[in-house]
Amino acid sequence: MSVLKVRGLTLGYNRTDAVKGIDLDVAEGAVVSLIGANGAGKTTTLRGLSGLLKARAGSVLFQGAEMAGQPAYKITRAGVIQVPEGRQVFANMTIEENLRMGAYLVQDKAEIARRRVGVLERFPRLGERLQQLAGLLSGGEQQMLAIGRALMADPKLLLLDEPSMGLAPLFIEEIFAIIRALKVEGRTILLVEQNAQAALEVSDHAYVLESGRIKLQGPATEIASNPEVIAAYLGAA
Amino acid sequence: MFAQILQQLPQQLLNGLVLGSTYALFALGFTLMFGVLGVINLTYGFYFTTAAFLALYGSKLLALPIWLALPGAALLAGLIAVLLDAILLTPLRRKKAPELSSLMVTLGATLLLYSLMTATFGTEIRRLPPAIISHAAIMLGGVRMNLSQILIVVTTVLIVAALLAVIRFTRFGLSMRSMAENGEAAELMGVNTDAVVRLVSFISGALGGTAGVLIGLNFNAIQPYMGETMMLKGFAVIIIGGLGDIKGALIAGLVIGVLEVLTAGFISSDIKDAVGFILLVATLWFRPVGLFGRAPAKRA
Repeated sequence: MSVLKVRGLTLGYNRTDAVKGIDLDVAEGAVVSLIGANGAGKTTTLRGLSGLLKARAGSVLFQGAEMAGQPAYKITRAGVIQVPEGRQVFANMTIEENLRMGAYLVQDKAEIARRRVGVLERFPRLGERLQQLAGLLSGGEQQMLAIGRALMADPKLLLLDEPSMGLAPLFIEEIFAIIRALKVEGRTILLVEQNAQAALEVSDHAYVLESGRIKLQGPATEIASNPEVIAAYLGAA
Repeated sequence: MFAQILQQLPQQLLNGLVLGSTYALFALGFTLMFGVLGVINLTYGFYFTTAAFLALYGSKLLALPIWLALPGAALLAGLIAVLLDAILLTPLRRKKAPELSSLMVTLGATLLLYSLMTATFGTEIRRLPPAIISHAAIMLGGVRMNLSQILIVVTTVLIVAALLAVIRFTRFGLSMRSMAENGEAAELMGVNTDAVVRLVSFISGALGGTAGVLIGLNFNAIQPYMGETMMLKGFAVIIIGGLGDIKGALIAGLVIGVLEVLTAGFISSDIKDAVGFILLVATLWFRPVGLFGRAPAKRA
């Protein structure tokens, strides 16, 4: 059963279309990855799904409701939560305040407190410095804060945009361990990654994006053993 | 000589505090707009003028007392601010236009709006009817003040306290702060940024309007370009206080008001208007982030 059903989604900037009518499905509880080269349209796709970029054509059904054309805050309200490229934590706010922002739409204080406990258990490092400004954290810590902040919203669908980008190898491992853990807990995730190998390892299903079009799709293991994918994205190992 | 200065000092300090309060109030709206919406909106001075005129006509034609004319004019100025933002800046925001374009658009609009005002009302100085507020002097421990001065200080204190409390303790405050930091991320958290833009425009316009009525009351001189003169000072205040810094604007406004009055009182009133700008140049020279600003917390 697909939670997310994208049909013919077209997105672009100015006069050019960066994403040209793609179809994409994410099943409940699955981790689906979207891989491809720089400039293939991966980030544009996620921005379109979260409403930061208005769709030019096509449909985005989330749990049966049309999201295309909706403003970002309404899509967030529906439970589609994006961890944006480059983290985008609130640099001059404390870690505590960043987490509070994640639960912006939640009014119930007890519920916010409950989620906060969960996030801090997952990321003890954040709990050690709740009053520190987020901008002073290292890149890896900021990524954890960005994921923690998204979890404060209890996402029905989590969109992760290049979570491993620019991080030290140790942090990259940690990020993928977190994604694996979230998957075990039953979270539905759409993952955009340049690190195709690591992404395919945690995914159930994968799409390969090339110049704004879906070039290949299938079970992650199948994609990982596709000779073209190996040559283009995994390095001929 | 010294004895004389000492004798006059409390009175001058009070006058400075009154003037500084209006500067602070005016700068607060301007810095809030810049901080949260990220635009330098040059029409801001127009809300100041408009509210003063609204209060003038409200008191003349409808015989409104100040406690009705002030909030009424401030609310209307707030609504005008929302309207102007929707017409001028919302389309630019949608297109993600560069900052310079909002500066140019509001500059053009400002010129037009002031010209229309001058064409309608002329440039002569108008006065509020005396009946709008009692002008009787009140003596308090050797310091002389009147009701309008008390009104100015009390209004400023109440508004600033309310604004700081809203920013600090409410969900709306959280949404404003997150937008000031990163509008896109705020949207992803579920903040209805369009609604926040409207509300912030309204608050800013109302703050500028309140300052306009209070200055009109204090100097009893209302004319279309009063907002322009105030804008120059407002710029000095918000840059000295640190762009987007609410507490900074408050303190800088008070300091400039007090220094101006002291300069006029003890040195020469000819150079009183230079005080703010000398302070501005010094700030840009030594502390470009503003007196109270801190460098943004960002790692490379």
